[in-house]
Amino acid sequence: MSANSKLADPTANSPLPLEVDALVKRFGQVLAVDSISLQLRSGECLGLLGPNGAGKSTLIRAIAGRVIPDSGRVSVFGSAAGSPAARAALGWVPQDLALYPRLSARENLSSFGRYYGLAGDKLEQSIAWCLKWAALEDRAGDLTRNLSGGMKRRLNMAAGLIHQPRLVLMDEPTVGVDPQSRNRIFEMIAALRARGMTIIYTTHYMEEAERLCDRIAIVDHGRIIALDTRDALIHNSFASRSQVIARLEGPAGKVSAWVAARGGRLADSTAEFTIEQPTQVAGLLEGAADAGLELIDLSLRRPNLESVFLHLTGRELRD
Amino acid sequence: MIIPIVRTALMALRRDRPSLALSFILPITFFSIFAVVFGGRHDSVPRISVILVNEDQSQASRQLVQSLQREGSLDVTTRPTSKDKAAQPDYTAVTAEAAVKAGDIPVALIIPRGWGANPISFAHQSSKSGPTLQLLYDASDEIAPQMVGGLLQKAAMTGMPLTMAEQGIQYTSGFIGGLTPEQKTRMDANLAQLRNLESKQAAGAAPASSASGALIAVQTRSVVGENKRSPMISYYAAAIGVMFLLFTASGSSGALLDEAESGTLDRVLSSRITMTGLLAGKLLFNTLLAFTQLAVMFLWAWAVYHLDLPSHILGFLVMGLSTAVAVASLGMLLASLCHTRAQLGAVSTLVILIMSSIGGSMFPRPLMPESMQKAGLFTINAWAIDGFTKVFWRDLPVTALWQQVSVLLAIAIVLFSLARRIARRWEHA
Repeated sequence: MSANSKLADPTANSPLPLEVDALVKRFGQVLAVDSISLQLRSGECLGLLGPNGAGKSTLIRAIAGRVIPDSGRVSVFGSAAGSPAARAALGWVPQDLALYPRLSARENLSSFGRYYGLAGDKLEQSIAWCLKWAALEDRAGDLTRNLSGGMKRRLNMAAGLIHQPRLVLMDEPTVGVDPQSRNRIFEMIAALRARGMTIIYTTHYMEEAERLCDRIAIVDHGRIIALDTRDALIHNSFASRSQVIARLEGPAGKVSAWVAARGGRLADSTAEFTIEQPTQVAGLLEGAADAGLELIDLSLRRPNLESVFLHLTGRELRD
Repeated sequence: MIIPIVRTALMALRRDRPSLALSFILPITFFSIFAVVFGGRHDSVPRISVILVNEDQSQASRQLVQSLQREGSLDVTTRPTSKDKAAQPDYTAVTAEAAVKAGDIPVALIIPRGWGANPISFAHQSSKSGPTLQLLYDASDEIAPQMVGGLLQKAAMTGMPLTMAEQGIQYTSGFIGGLTPEQKTRMDANLAQLRNLESKQAAGAAPASSASGALIAVQTRSVVGENKRSPMISYYAAAIGVMFLLFTASGSSGALLDEAESGTLDRVLSSRITMTGLLAGKLLFNTLLAFTQLAVMFLWAWAVYHLDLPSHILGFLVMGLSTAVAVASLGMLLASLCHTRAQLGAVSTLVILIMSSIGGSMFPRPLMPESMQKAGLFTINAWAIDGFTKVFWRDLPVTALWQQVSVLLAIAIVLFSLARRIARRWEHA
């Protein structure tokens, strides 16, 4: 499926959660978003995968109404981005810890809830749900500045959901957290998905995109260069091909010449080859010993999103 | 290992050029302000304004009036000025006292009817018969009445020497039991010389210097604040209060910069809150904070220094809220102008200290050169202090505050509008 293609919406009469049409945003000479179009189905989780500076956050901020595009259109449930209806329907979890450090977790949630017009029982119920969802019930009274990094991240997410939005934008919510906290965040997102929440999730970790998202948009230099499900993205780039990862020892010149002769790619003494069938592995490595090279390690793997990104851009995802 | 620390600090300072510039501008600016106020660069000598009411209209009183009018240190007024330049009746003792009470002028000198018949006391006021000069003053200005009193003695000596001599001879003659014919002849000759000299002075010649001494009996009376226990408490409660209000307001408004830096501002603006709503909310909070600070200061002055707060509660509320909203608006403008907390600290220190120094928070404006007094009218401090002085010192009704309140509210509207306009940079990228 191409990036610009229209989705078949099962609820044809109701507006899509998100429609972005030919969005362009420049900052001076930098083209941050270059004619991006995409649509989101209700209940879908779309991953925006790309390296730092690819334009993911600018796209998210434009959807949140915090960036005025130079051209193009963004609508949230049929309302223009930044309009009161769009603001009410949309929850934004910014990359920064956008919290009041001198307020407690509960007070932060209460403040942001009031900013969205919540009050009384509705506000209290929403705060209770958010604290439970973020597993912060026992730290609700603690000052935010005293919480651990992972707790702050979870509170940052909870503050974006305090008004029970229908579409949530999560801008790299796992930046700077330890593996344990990251797993906790994954559980939180899974809980949202179980509730049928529509989510856009930006990340530069392919594992996160693979684990959490229904479809993945690969973003580079302000453009969506591929948008589809994980399997379709891999299939479109590699079909049934596999990757062979081999670590070789020997004179540096000999290793690089041997890898290049077989159409492979060498990085940090690890060679990477693409083969049509797994049975081709033996033939690929034939003659290595004769060339004076020693095979230290060998693995066969199916291509992943990292491989797709490399295939499409010629660069590593984390470059 | 010390040099790398210095080098790093220097590089960081160079990155924040506004702060670097202000660290040089601030001391130079202050030096210049104090040099103008206290140094020799006065573009005009501060003159003391005084109302002169001549009820006597004798030769001696006219001579005294003329002599006082020639004094360069005095700005003598005999009738109120009107904007349309229409002729106004001369001040009377009653209207002059009212003008001092209203704070229009610090001193009024009344020459009562019959004073000219016996103007000299020769340091024995009790021996003087007849009415004495009345010096009415505003006790908030301790210097003006003393200067006018001193210049009055000088004017008497230099402006009416003949009267002085004639009366002196009368006193001496009475004291020693009469003059001999020879002494009387020499006295008459000297008096003739003095008459000759006076006629020359009347023609415009410079007054002659003469002996000094407290010869003119003067009854001084404070017509404002005579019943106040601590005359300058209300002045300094307002003066110091406003200065620190300004610091508090700018510091509190700096929360806007913190929120912008942390991304909280972005998140707030993605909710139902608009930039106008956000700024208005912060203005209200900062206004209430400033008013509370002022209220605590005046309560302290009431409890410890016996400032009569209960009798002036309405005036305090009106002036306190007007001042607080103007100060809070300035804080909002400063915060929206700056990009970092460091910049805000430097800029607000510069602005607040300049405003406080020329606006009367550090030393009373009446003692400043005229040009500086006029410059003070561009500060929140001056209007706030004037208003509080009207309430606590002159006991004027709330209606008399319309000018100060109008100006402070106008300042608040203009500054907040500017802050709102500048804050557009945070609204959208």
